[in-house]
Order: sequence, then structure tokens, then C-alpha cells
Amino acid sequence: MPKLLIRNGRVMDPASGYDAVADVLIKSGLIVRIGPNLHATGAVAFDASGLVVAPGFLDLHTHLREPGFEHAETIESGTRAAAAGGFTAVCAMPNTNPVNDDAALTRYILEQAERFAVTQVFPVGAITENSEGERLAAIGSMKAAGAVAVSDDGRPVMNARLMRRAMEFARAFDLPVIEHCEDLNLSAGGDMHEGETSARLGLRGIPSAAEDVMVARDLLLAESTGARLHIAHVSSARSLAMIAQAKARGLPVTCEVTPHHLALCDADLAGYDSHRKMKPPLRSSADREALSEGIAAGVVDAIATDHAPHPGSEKMQEFEKCPFGVIGLETALAVALRVLVHSGRISLMRLIELFTTGPARVLGLNRGRLEPGAAADLTLFDPELVWTYDVNRSLSKSKNSPFDGWTFRGAAVATVVKGRIVWRRSAERG
Amino acid sequence: MPRGLLGIEELERAEIEAILERAKAFQPGHNQPFAKLDTLRGRLIVNLFFEASTRTRTSFEIAAKRLGADAVSITAAGSSLAKGESLVDTLNTLAAMRPDAIVIRHAASGAPHFLARHLPIPIINAGDGTHEHPTQALLDARTILDHRPTLEGLRVAIIGDIAHSRVARSNIFLLSKFQADIVLCGPAPLAPPELASIAPGVRITYDMREAIREADVIMMLRVQLERQQEAAFPAGEYFQFYGLRLEHLELARPDAIVMHPGPINRGREISSEVADSQRSVILNQVENGVAVRMAVLERILGSSCRSSSSATVA
Repeated sequence: MPKLLIRNGRVMDPASGYDAVADVLIKSGLIVRIGPNLHATGAVAFDASGLVVAPGFLDLHTHLREPGFEHAETIESGTRAAAAGGFTAVCAMPNTNPVNDDAALTRYILEQAERFAVTQVFPVGAITENSEGERLAAIGSMKAAGAVAVSDDGRPVMNARLMRRAMEFARAFDLPVIEHCEDLNLSAGGDMHEGETSARLGLRGIPSAAEDVMVARDLLLAESTGARLHIAHVSSARSLAMIAQAKARGLPVTCEVTPHHLALCDADLAGYDSHRKMKPPLRSSADREALSEGIAAGVVDAIATDHAPHPGSEKMQEFEKCPFGVIGLETALAVALRVLVHSGRISLMRLIELFTTGPARVLGLNRGRLEPGAAADLTLFDPELVWTYDVNRSLSKSKNSPFDGWTFRGAAVATVVKGRIVWRRSAERG
Repeated sequence: MPRGLLGIEELERAEIEAILERAKAFQPGHNQPFAKLDTLRGRLIVNLFFEASTRTRTSFEIAAKRLGADAVSITAAGSSLAKGESLVDTLNTLAAMRPDAIVIRHAASGAPHFLARHLPIPIINAGDGTHEHPTQALLDARTILDHRPTLEGLRVAIIGDIAHSRVARSNIFLLSKFQADIVLCGPAPLAPPELASIAPGVRITYDMREAIREADVIMMLRVQLERQQEAAFPAGEYFQFYGLRLEHLELARPDAIVMHPGPINRGREISSEVADSQRSVILNQVENGVAVRMAVLERILGSSCRSSSSATVA
């Protein structure tokens, strides 16, 4: 593999605080040197003038749909979409068919990723067998096979006693437990956030309490077991406040927020657009604002996409029949820049942290840094580039995005994984 | 009127007034015996009923025929709809038939909006899930105006299962545009507090006597057991606390009228004595159904060009 010299970019590294125009020299998949005016004979040069050169972005919450739902997404198509969004690594959620609930499945996903993925793939194992909430899955073997966390995402463990056991077990293996917090009895039948808009539209509501009671339960269980708990896609202000309190008490609790919950709210469902239907649902504008404030205040550890592909036919139905979920890998950075950075809420450095060291810390992975010797996973983006998202040109196999047609300022330009440029924005993408 | 009629919420007050005024000309008595008009001759109106309906479907059919249009009714039972055809396939089939308007009744809130988004044909909502039933609210308003000079400032009590009622929502949106004083009343789980904020001038009480006191109009709603996921109130207590009986009428204004969109459940939400009393205008509502739907169809199709007939799915 030839040497790669990324020249004249604004190199920003949240871990060290480094922020300067510099070159990055890469050799054999590793960062060799960072500094101004580097020379390297025989290196392929990449002109990064005007671009930010950041550590590779890591998405904590991706549904790659393989195995089992390859009509919606595959490890290949999903990671291509990830690379087009600037991600160099994604966590693959376990709700595939079969569910990733034992070491053989975990190994299968890693083998498929080795052959077809353009980014790194970190499998997340299930908490319970088949995510049925009945018996603990083979958590220890999955960890040994390469799982970085456990989660019954989308099918939360309703049995508190079982969740306690899972936390005890995961703690012993030093695995974070990622919880999709939803009390299934409170949310049953609901299609959107319960509030004025659901009352107006005649759609059945999912109350904030469905999320809040589960967050409360899991924080208490995390406290009593000492487990590392990561709350996925926080959508309610109340839940975020409880997480902030738990963190203030010193509990090893982390959380993520999705771009769509930062940019949209329940009122945006007035046209019954199924591309705005997901779980947890878009909540009130007050909740949406609280999430941005939580990011500014440092309560939120990561921005994660909850990229959930569904083929067009599944979203072309009556609203109540449409499945939950939206895609988000290609728009995450642009939405986050718009809501958080261009609005003046947080610095660019803090934003990069939310995509790099933040999620790496959640998983306890040593990555997301720019330093000699580190793996050369880099995200190059232009924070000023004006472009319009056309979902029909998405690299994802599914087109269920709420941001189709939106014009953004800021986009990924090139994605480097293990020293190789795996994706570059072409001129016609704008 | 823009294409179609999806709901009352987005209608201008002037638009509503124009429809109500026009409907008067189509009421029985003003045009007797009813001469068939040819306003909509050659137009094809498809009535697509995914849910059972007697009143609404027949009155849409009669309205279309009296205006000279061709009306075809497709009901779920016995059609490909019952065979599991998806809404999007039905939609494509319909587009191929090239109707001038589609009247749709569907159990899912927002189903007419889905059709409207994908078909460049006027869509008329004949009731979508628990969302809206705009022509019902228009005929209710016409009925009130047959007994009152104006809707302005009327005190209206809407009683029953508000949460699951599209009739209630459309009436709330309509009456609110005329600054009516609207009181919603029902068992707490069926009258959630958010409903008070969907339009100005709405409040909620759980005490039926308070709701009826000084009311000009009492609208009773059907208890929609089929839409409830679980028992939202203790079985057997409904009529005791939220059923309309003769003694309640004494609390209302002396000339108060009692309405019900039908079909009524005698002894559940309304006693037989009240349903059959002089105060009841339930049959006037049915009569006005045809008149109001004629006014709506005429407004949507009467003056428009036929460009929509070459429509295909976007």
C-alpha cells in the first residue's frame, strides 16, 4: 500500500485538543506523522485545503439488516452509505434474522464485514436469546468473538429481574449494555409522540413516560449492579435530566442522541409522512430543544444515527401500518452541523468529539484519536459546502429519509479507513 | 376550494360558510320534487369504502347522482380490498380508472392524505380513522343553522368517546372557527387533556351535568368499542355517568338540540326517550347529509376543468 499524504487540512483532534493546518502522513494503514509541510517521497498526495481532517467517525447505532433483511440493506450497502456520511466505523445492531445472539453469528457478521464492508464493523450482541426477553444470550462468547456491547434494541428487556442479571453478567465481561428504553405496555399501539399533534391527527400516542420509566428503571439497576449502561437515542427531556443526575452522582452511564431528534419534532408529522415515523418518536419542540441543550451542557456523549433502513414498499402504506425507522448515515454530520454548530450552540471541536472520542469512550475502545501509531481512520469534511440531499442517490438500499430535498451547509468529502480512501465526494453530488 | 376535502382544520371559515349556504339550496323542500341536475354530467366519482358505512356512503352516492355524475361505490367486503390488496395497489388501480374525484373512508388516520400525496385527483375524506370526518361536521353545522341563526358563540357540548371520534375532531375544528364555546366531556381516558389545545375555545370536563349546563347544542358520540385497545372505563358505568337521559336536558337551554352522528346505541350513550324526543334532530342530520355532500361535490368538481381525468400516479 503506497503512502498517503493528506495535505493542508485543518487537523482537529478532540483527544489532544490539536487544531492547526497541517499534513497527515499515513503508511501501512497507520498515522506516521502529523505536522506542517511534511515531505514524503512516493506518497500519494490528497489536497485537503479548506477541509477539516478529523479522526474517523464512529456510529454507535446502525442497522445493517444482514443477515436476513438484505432487501433493505446489506453490510456492503450500509457501510458504503456510512462512508458517504464520513463514518469509518459502525456498530451493527443485533436485530437481524437470525438475531445476533451467539458467537457464531457474531463471527459471521465479522467475516462478511471483512469481505464486503468498506468501513469497520463492530457487532453488538443481543442481551437475550432471539431478543425475546426470556433467557440471557451467550454474552461472554459473543464478547470473545468480537462483540463490543449488548443490546436488545427495539425489543427492550421488559423483565426487570432479567435485566438485572444481564447487567451483572455484562459488567463481569466489561461490556456496556445499550438499552432502547421503552415500556412496551405504555407504548403499545402508538404511532407517534403523545401530545397535541397526535390528538389533532387522530394518531395513537406513545407517551414520553414510556421512555422515562424505562430510563429510570435502568438507571436504578445500573446503580445497583455497577454495569456500564448506555441509553440509546434519548428523545425526552425528562429522560435526559435523569441521565444528567445519574452522571452527576458518578454512575458509569452514557447516552446518545440522533440527528433526527435534534432537527425535527412531533409537529412535523402533520402531513402523515411515514419517513418521519420512528422509535422513539419525534417528541415535542421542548424536548427537541432540551436535547440540543444537553449536548451543549456535555450530558450527551455521542451522536448516533439509528440508521434503520426499510424498503420503499414498507413505507408506502397507511401511516399506522408503516414500520418505525429512518435512514441517517449520509445526513448525520450535515444535520448536526446545522442544528449545533452553525447555530452557534457548540464548537466544531465539540461536534467532532460527539462523533469520535465520545462514542469510542462509550464502548471503551481505544480509537478516535489522531496521533502517530494510531490506525489511519480519518474523516475529511467541508463544514461550509452547500449541498442538497437527494435520497434517490443514496448509497443505502433504502430511501426512508426525513431529510430528502433538504439543503445543508457542511458535508463529508473523503473517508479514510486503515489508510485507504474508501469514499470521495464526486463533483456532481454537489 | 383547493383540490379535494381532506379535513375541516385547513378550511377557511369563508369556505365553510359558502358550502353551508349552498347546501341550503339542495335541502328537501327547496327543490321539490327533486329534479336531477346535470352540473356534473359525465364526471366519474369513485366511492371507496374500506370501512362499513350506510349513511355516509349512500348519501355520497345520492348526492353524486342528483348532480348528474356517475358514481361507483367500492366497498371492502367482496372487493380486492378484502383480499389483502395494499392501499398503494388500490391507488394505482384507481388511477387507471381515471375518476374525477375519489371519496374515501378508511380505518387509518391519514389514509386520504396518503392518496392525495400520490394521486393528482381530488380526494374527499369520508372519515379517516380517528382523525376527521369533514362532511359530517358540515352537515352538523347545516343542521344547527336550521335551528339557530348563527354558529357564532354557541355553547356546544360534545359528549362521549372524544379520543376515538373523527366526528368530534371535525366538529371541534369547525365550531372553533366560529368562536363557539366548546365543552368536551367523557370518561377521562377517552377525553385526554391534549384535546383542549387542538383548537381555540375548547375545554374539558368529566362531569356531564357541567358540560350540558346552558348548552345550545348537545352532540352525543357513539362509544367506539372497536377502536379501543383495552377497556378505558369500567364496564357498565358508561350510561350511568355519560349516557344522555331526559333529566339532563333540563340543565341545557330550553331550546337546546340533541345531535348524534349515528348509528346510535340506545341505552348506552343515549336513552331512547331522548333519541326520539322533540329535541332530537338526528334525522335532520341524515337529511342534510345529501344536501351538504352535493354542495361539496359541486364545489370541488363543478367548475374545475377535466385535466385531472388524465391523471397518473406521480
